[in-house]
Amino acid sequence: MTSALETAENPESLKRIVIEPLTRVEGHGKVTLLQGKNRNIRQARLHITEFRGFEKFIQGRPYWELPVLVQRLCGICPVSHHLAAAKATDMIVGATELTPTAEKIRRLMHYGQTLQSHALHFFHLCSPDLLFGFDDEVRHRNIVGVIEDSPEIATQGVMMRKYGQEIIRVTSGKRVHGTGAIPGGINKGLSREEVDYLRKDIAQNLSWAQTAVELVKKVFYEELDYHMDFARIDTSMMSMVNDDGSFELYHGGLRARDSLGKEIFDHIDYTNYTEYLRESVKDWSYMKFPFIKARGEEEGWYRVGPLARVNNCDFFSTPLAEAQRQEFKSLGDGLPVQSTMAYHWARLIETLHCAEAIAELLEDPDLMGKDLRTKGELQSVGTGVIEAPRGTLFHHYEIDGDGIVSKASLIVSTTNNNQAMNESIRKVANQYLDGKRLSEALLNQVEVAIRAYDPCLSCATHAIGKMPMELNLVDAGGQLVDRLEKRTTGQIDRTI
Amino acid sequence: MNTENTFRLDGKDIPFKKGDTIMDAALRAGEYIPHLCHNPEFKPHGSCRLCVVDVNGRHQASCTLPAEAGMEVDNSSDAIRQRRELLLQMLFVEGNHTCPACEKSGACQLQAVAYYIGMLSPHLTHFFPKRSIDASHPDIVFYHNRCILCGLCVRASEQVDRKSVFAISGRGIDSKLVFNSPDGKLGGSELEFTDKAVEVCPVGAIMPKHLGYETPVGQRLYDTKPISVVGDVAAHSKPEKPFISDKSHE
Repeated sequence: MTSALETAENPESLKRIVIEPLTRVEGHGKVTLLQGKNRNIRQARLHITEFRGFEKFIQGRPYWELPVLVQRLCGICPVSHHLAAAKATDMIVGATELTPTAEKIRRLMHYGQTLQSHALHFFHLCSPDLLFGFDDEVRHRNIVGVIEDSPEIATQGVMMRKYGQEIIRVTSGKRVHGTGAIPGGINKGLSREEVDYLRKDIAQNLSWAQTAVELVKKVFYEELDYHMDFARIDTSMMSMVNDDGSFELYHGGLRARDSLGKEIFDHIDYTNYTEYLRESVKDWSYMKFPFIKARGEEEGWYRVGPLARVNNCDFFSTPLAEAQRQEFKSLGDGLPVQSTMAYHWARLIETLHCAEAIAELLEDPDLMGKDLRTKGELQSVGTGVIEAPRGTLFHHYEIDGDGIVSKASLIVSTTNNNQAMNESIRKVANQYLDGKRLSEALLNQVEVAIRAYDPCLSCATHAIGKMPMELNLVDAGGQLVDRLEKRTTGQIDRTI
Repeated sequence: MNTENTFRLDGKDIPFKKGDTIMDAALRAGEYIPHLCHNPEFKPHGSCRLCVVDVNGRHQASCTLPAEAGMEVDNSSDAIRQRRELLLQMLFVEGNHTCPACEKSGACQLQAVAYYIGMLSPHLTHFFPKRSIDASHPDIVFYHNRCILCGLCVRASEQVDRKSVFAISGRGIDSKLVFNSPDGKLGGSELEFTDKAVEVCPVGAIMPKHLGYETPVGQRLYDTKPISVVGDVAAHSKPEKPFISDKSHE
């Protein structure tokens, strides 16, 4: 159920508090709170204040440009979009199975980017809240404060991120916006020197990843009840899993479970995702609201990302991450762990898994293979889905007879969490802000709830043509001459 | 040095043969003069104006000006460099040259010349013209956005391929490349992917279809050495066999 705090009655009579810009998140967003009598919170909304529109402007481009072109929508995890688009274009060129070298290089790239993205989020963006407290002085509650107080932790974060970026550079040519994946495969294998270069630092990174999980656990256990309850919402969760139910980031079937862990769907072929998922739009947000079709718009929203993935998978294929998963699962007492703050814990278990998976891959001679690409019969539709650092990422393209994109649909990871982020801030608003005189420290709790999801707001706003709009024509004297209103249905009315 | 058969380029004596242009002699002597529309295999065009040098105080296109004994040629002064940069600035904003996502990036002569001249970003107001992509050909795609109207494909198609597939139509800012086919689309023309006209494009306007970003970053034509050392795109290009043909899509 969506919260009653989504839309207040008579909003014009309420006091408006705006948190803008949201800090220590990717992209630009704001939160609006409406306060009534006795400072009761009557409405809480997360707004994304930028618009990207990739779904529209890649129409008319050749499909083989997609993996490189579409990744430009993000600078933090462009590899996710690079690989999701590459998987979609694999389908288009009829490459039903990649060569071992191509798949393993892509996996290596993906683990590298997940490692660096998670390290960035935990160390740079969230560790100030977790180490110093949500109400720490604002001038100290940032990465500079971490560098001053705990230089070893800050250095670890910087170096882990650097290592992940180096994996991306070696596999795609550049640390940001490379060109490694192409339709049907990749454009280069690794040399012996490149493999040895990456092997040199993996043991250290694996060790740091273990330390990081222990650190987040220590912080979490110190105030266990508070962290379990803060911004908690009980939701369904969706993620990708392997055929054997194990944790998967690159390729597998989709699994969704309800808030009690009961199966909604499992191992579904992601190319049929439109049979299971729908999106709705709301007139106050540029970001769409996806939901599980079978459960309807009101009940069907869900969470994705580390919390969903670690909850949903049956096991990790790597031993250290699996041991951590078992401890994590014990928090839920047989049920899914619904704590929003547990996102941090799950994220670092994933980081550990990525480090283990990278270590395994770097021993695999297939990385140095020469068979890079496959192809088949050209198809007119391609769908690519991967687990990006922030959650399940969908790319769907249709091309015309000349190979030009005629339709594109993106469900970006953060979009999946749209309703959940809104509900989490409403929970925080209700629990900690209601009836209070608002201070920076209290408002930071709203941001802490959002940060737990690691949203990438710039990635998430692509729907065009569905947004409501009001166009006023005013003469030189300030008199309203004409007004057009565009509805979410696309209908345009003259309202003067 | 026999001054009857040499001219001076930036203080160096450059020998020339009868019929040489300044460009011909300079390139043979290993002296790079920036250019886009010049290709030694074809008649000079003199249209891009990047190769303009100062000859005895006058600005002249080096690709069309016959070499003469005793000429004093300035190819590297600040004034010449600034003139070339302005021309490049205009070329970049007149079309839609989005290097960061273009599959020709790293192997594009326009980009390489810009780096050579020292132009690192556009400073003029972009025109953002609305130009189409012609993907009607089964093996080749034409990007009007990237075409700089150098005329090399026109000359190659006419002089080598003997097909006259391409022509420049219109005047001034309305000039555009057109195709000799019944419906005006590339797919209806006689162009084949092995044609010389496909090889000579210095930018990403004429590209093989279904292919892009094949060469890894770091191994592209101009990734490690400047164009003054590497030379033109056309000197290195070879026909690529189609990865997939549209025919399989029909």
